[in-house]
Amino acid sequence: MSTSFWTRFLGNPRVLLGSIWLVLVVIGALAAPLIAPLDPFAISGRPFVRPLDGFVFGTDSLGRSVWSGLVHGARTTLLIAVIATLAAVAFGGLLGALSGFYAGRVDNLLMRLTEFFQTIPSFIFAILLVAVLSPSTTSVVVAIATVSWPPIARIVRAEVMSLRSREFIQAAITLGERDGVILFRQILPNALSPLIVTGSLLVATAILTESALSFLGLGAPNFMSWGFMIGAGRSFLRDSWWLVAIPGIAILLTVLSINLVGEGLNDALNPRLRTL
Amino acid sequence: MRGMRLVRFILTRLLQAIPVVLGVVVLNFLLLQLAPGDAATVLAGEAGGAPPEYVEQLRARFGLDKPVLVQLGLYLKNIVLLDLGFSFRNNAPVLELILGRLWPTLLLMGATLVISVGGGVILGVVAALGVRTWRDHLISIAAVIAYATPLFWIGLMLILVFSIRLNWFPTSGMEDVVAFHEGWARVVDIAHHLVLPTITLSLFYLALYTRLMRATVLEQRGAEYATTARAKGLTERAITLRHVLRNALLPVVTMAGVQVGALLGGSVVVETVFAWPGLGQLAYQSLFARDFNLLLGIFFLSACLVVIVNIIVDVIYVLLDPRIRVGGQS
Repeated sequence: MSTSFWTRFLGNPRVLLGSIWLVLVVIGALAAPLIAPLDPFAISGRPFVRPLDGFVFGTDSLGRSVWSGLVHGARTTLLIAVIATLAAVAFGGLLGALSGFYAGRVDNLLMRLTEFFQTIPSFIFAILLVAVLSPSTTSVVVAIATVSWPPIARIVRAEVMSLRSREFIQAAITLGERDGVILFRQILPNALSPLIVTGSLLVATAILTESALSFLGLGAPNFMSWGFMIGAGRSFLRDSWWLVAIPGIAILLTVLSINLVGEGLNDALNPRLRTL
Repeated sequence: MRGMRLVRFILTRLLQAIPVVLGVVVLNFLLLQLAPGDAATVLAGEAGGAPPEYVEQLRARFGLDKPVLVQLGLYLKNIVLLDLGFSFRNNAPVLELILGRLWPTLLLMGATLVISVGGGVILGVVAALGVRTWRDHLISIAAVIAYATPLFWIGLMLILVFSIRLNWFPTSGMEDVVAFHEGWARVVDIAHHLVLPTITLSLFYLALYTRLMRATVLEQRGAEYATTARAKGLTERAITLRHVLRNALLPVVTMAGVQVGALLGGSVVVETVFAWPGLGQLAYQSLFARDFNLLLGIFFLSACLVVIVNIIVDVIYVLLDPRIRVGGQS
């Protein structure tokens, strides 16, 4: 990456703001036990303590620290979102690559499959998957990955198709390179930038899906998460609004930051295809 | 002639939808196989326990002792006969339960589509007309924020502000059941209850369509027909409103069709927040009752709903854009 990439990227004030928040969240998630030593599930004080009254963000209905919940929740939410996205990118990428490279019947079949997964109501399907597999970290990751790979497959397919007819790929084919080598060594590096952009935006969607699932009570049990906190604080909205407001703002800011950074990446990587 | 071709077009689209519906059925069946226990153990559990011989007998009666493929055949046959199974928790056939909850969800979805598409088109055009002015920036910033807001959270915040603090709208439900409103009074009552859930579900899509509309209008203004209109001496405003608007509508319509499935998913969350008595709330309830039959039925019917709405969108598309010939004679 040349310096112009970094100046284009970080010179964008939206990207800068988004990056700052994301760095804070990631540090918080990594150093959770250090900056929030209280166990997020432990009773640490009186219930319903208002924010700034001994606890930065107050306590919930059981006297659990909201700050601890927030920091440990960042861990769960980010981890699940990132792993699910990586899985979706790997699966969707493979399908898209096969589809674009082999074209013809393989392409037809795989694209039908992709369309199918785009047609079915994805969130209801995610709920079904988690319910059937019974809620756990793995089932949440599987559910989110299962509903988010189709856009990746489409983008990779389009990239591979356009690259496949280019001279350097044709040359590699003529030289008798194996398909796997061509796909990974020649095509993949050239298709990387749209993959990175879409992947980063998918993390935002994954966070929204994860919090909606845990809000409905389908999150990973024994792991604090932002959606779970909102779901738990819901019944006390009238008097203890901060229990809902604070984790919601955390989700909003994080998703917003990822979107801003993702769009900034897109602008910096494809200067000619600026998002308006 | 055109009418005939439209009918044929719809029939072709219906035929194309069959694999999707079949796919959902097979997927449902696979999920049912994955789920812990089967119908026989569930039934035995409901009865408060049963001897193993009785469970075996039940299995034989439901054909659960047959090979998986035969079971799949049976399952398919039942679906074709519109038998989605029985919900033991609710003591009613799944289909009946779902159909009873269908129209509140359709009402919510319809209202959301109108608000989000209508509002998105207007806001997108306003933003594009004043590109890089304060109006554009304001709309764009609001759209970026709305795009990142979790649905369930904004719903709860709206309840906090407009129901609890200001007391303008009811917190939950679809109508005031104890008031026994009839006729217009009932319609007004339902509309009053509909406001907050619709705003909640609309915001995300409103943001999406606003951004799409703005981008498309800006793109279309560079098209050749816009240049021609400019050469003719029309004002930018007239070009946008008379010529560009129609062309820019098409991507929004496409997107609205694509988003129907997501809208149904969103309505699960929104209905849970507002206790709206629709399919989404039913899904939430069946989730906690471990009522897989009902949950699978809801998934099946919502997939069918998506397919139907997609066909309707395709028809609207054809009607909106005369360039798209139906029947393949291009």
